[in-house]
Amino acid sequence: MAQASEHKEPLIHLSKRTGVAPLRAWLIRLAAVALGLIVCGLAAMLLIERLRDNPGRIGEFYYTFIKGSFSTSRKFWKFLKNLSILLCISLALTPSFRMRFWNTGAEGQTLVSVLGCIAVDFYLGGKIPEWLLLILMFIAALACGAVWALIPALCKARWNTNETLFTLMMNYVATFLVSYCLVIWVANGSSSLPKLKTGKLPTIGNDYLLIILIVLLLAVGLYIYLSYTKHGYEISVVGESVRTAQYVGISVKKVIVRTMLLNGALCGLAGYLIGAGLDQSVTVNSVGGQGFTAIMVAWLAKFNPLVMIITAGLIQLLNQGAAQISQDFNVSGAFPDVIVGIILFFIIGCEFFINYQVHFRSRAGQEGRSVK
Amino acid sequence: MKKFIALLLTLALCLGCVAAIAEPVAKENVKLGVILLHDEDSTYDLNFINGVNEAKEALGLSDDQVIIIRNIEESAACTETALDLVDEGCTIIFADSFGHESFLLEAAQQHPEVQFCHATGTMAHTAGLDNFHNAFAAIYEGRYLAGIAAGLKLNELKAAGKLHGEKPLMGYVGAFTYAEVLSGYTSFYLGAKSVCPDVEMKVQFTGSWYDEKEEKAAAEALIAMGVDLISQHADSMGAPTACENAGIPDVSYNGSTIASCPNTFIVSSRINWAPYFAYIVNQQIAGEPIDTDWTGTIATGSVVLTDVNEAVAAAGTVEAIEAAKAAFEAGTLHVFDTAAEGFITKDGAAVTSYMADVDTDEAFTPDTEVVADGYFHESEFRSAPYFDMQIDGIELLNSKF
Repeated sequence: MAQASEHKEPLIHLSKRTGVAPLRAWLIRLAAVALGLIVCGLAAMLLIERLRDNPGRIGEFYYTFIKGSFSTSRKFWKFLKNLSILLCISLALTPSFRMRFWNTGAEGQTLVSVLGCIAVDFYLGGKIPEWLLLILMFIAALACGAVWALIPALCKARWNTNETLFTLMMNYVATFLVSYCLVIWVANGSSSLPKLKTGKLPTIGNDYLLIILIVLLLAVGLYIYLSYTKHGYEISVVGESVRTAQYVGISVKKVIVRTMLLNGALCGLAGYLIGAGLDQSVTVNSVGGQGFTAIMVAWLAKFNPLVMIITAGLIQLLNQGAAQISQDFNVSGAFPDVIVGIILFFIIGCEFFINYQVHFRSRAGQEGRSVK
Repeated sequence: MKKFIALLLTLALCLGCVAAIAEPVAKENVKLGVILLHDEDSTYDLNFINGVNEAKEALGLSDDQVIIIRNIEESAACTETALDLVDEGCTIIFADSFGHESFLLEAAQQHPEVQFCHATGTMAHTAGLDNFHNAFAAIYEGRYLAGIAAGLKLNELKAAGKLHGEKPLMGYVGAFTYAEVLSGYTSFYLGAKSVCPDVEMKVQFTGSWYDEKEEKAAAEALIAMGVDLISQHADSMGAPTACENAGIPDVSYNGSTIASCPNTFIVSSRINWAPYFAYIVNQQIAGEPIDTDWTGTIATGSVVLTDVNEAVAAAGTVEAIEAAKAAFEAGTLHVFDTAAEGFITKDGAAVTSYMADVDTDEAFTPDTEVVADGYFHESEFRSAPYFDMQIDGIELLNSKF
């Protein structure tokens, strides 16, 4: 009897952990990053010609990682600026994610906002005063983002459509909308809109300082909104349980629509910072996948706006470090993706070990041995 | 008259002074930064990487003297990258994509001491900057040569009674309805027409420079319409693959596709950028100014054809191409020959005049007469192509791009 049950015990089984001490969780995460970096080093030794021939340069490999963001003051500002844009989109996603509305459409919501603000610039630039233009661009960006988020929200509230698929598909619509506008706007047929001469957000001190400050303020503001206001509380309740929300008299539909409007408008702000603050132009790659990266930034930070500053920084550090490696070691453009992929694999993988305990089948009927 | 000569001499002196401002840079201090839109996976960018490496070898530059940066968007990221390269000590900065231009120009304005070179762009001759330059190649001549190979193949099919329709029909997969593409397919068509007078062509646009799926679908659609041969101006393997699958001969672009399409590949034209990279580095070492608009030719080694695939090409192709090549170099042959009767017509009438949009402005107003001496002067008033006429014999299946 005892033997029979022992044979049925699987080799490995998992159990959910309850209450991991935060310090322990962070130690696991740190270990995961370290492990990821080691595997990256090994991958680099295998794949990079200059390292394979001369393994002694591996130290240089890790140094290059840091160099990507900190070697010159321009790179550091670029780091802060890129961090800010990514953070802005991540913050935009946070309210809907807290509501368990899985919005995968930040990419499209931001892109369509860039398009909206550049459309205003394209048609009105030079015809009205610059300050008025910038205000109109701002309104257009926020409105476009909000509309793009509102459409799936209304369908979810009205017909309970699947928001993940819906918002994802809206990304493609946004991309094609940009292609369509570029065909109309660019008379020479190249579909490449040169940088516009109007509609540039003013700068204070450094070129990027204003953008950085705006996003920092947004992070603090959103933290307060989500943690200390009635709206924030309603979002959390809807996220925990729709039934409970209904029971205590919260209008779930209203909360969904309101929260998605906020989400879209904040994506609009990100689009405005890209369009008016940086590019003064639009392409199908204006957002460049940051709308998807933002999902990870928000998720890794457990939807806490202040922690997101750290996770966005980490992702950006990885991106710039990996790009610097591609430059210094003259390797193919796919290599940075490999590096970033390996490290993210470890970071996401370690969340599994934080949430679950792994048990191995014991050999001689002893108590199951557990790892971590 | 004396006054005039004096004026001329003074002018020459002044120009000489301006030119002398370009200080010679010792060879070991030259540093070339190259900004690419994509990476090795795109045949377009790979062509630049090969060009840089070839020039680096030829000039004997060290690894540290060349920095290649891949995957830079046509956005403020380009300006940022260029400024990063200035920080790295680059003395010449090059960008490869059309959409990089306005962003590279911004970096050029901030750093007059660094030379900025841009491939395929149109703004240098009107920007008024000494340190900003455009470059392209007379690739329309290469396409004309490739067109000859296509025309001879059609003649062979016709003689063997293997044409799908009554008249020889070619298909062309293009990216955008942009002058570079229009100039390219028209010269290809004219090359074919020069040896196969009754040829016609259908063009299908994809709306993207690199979209393997779309390019393949476009080629398949053309094949379904009964074309006898296909060529393309887009950067993926889509069209060549579709041709190989259907057994339709293909004239490729950007490099040979013989490895994956041994039964259909005829020949391919491409721009070799190595001569340009060597040129800009040498000019800097010598302290000479770089041309505002530089157009590579067959003579500079910038316009090249791959080896002809004799297994597919018609007999006599190599000789016909060599003859036309010699005529181009001698200046006796012009691609856009408007004088030859019935060669280039628009709505049945001969072309005697054309105003092209050479100086880029926001409204794209035509500003320069480019037909003279019996031919259309392509890539002479600026390096980037501006031939954007739609001539008889070529049908555009879609033109929304």
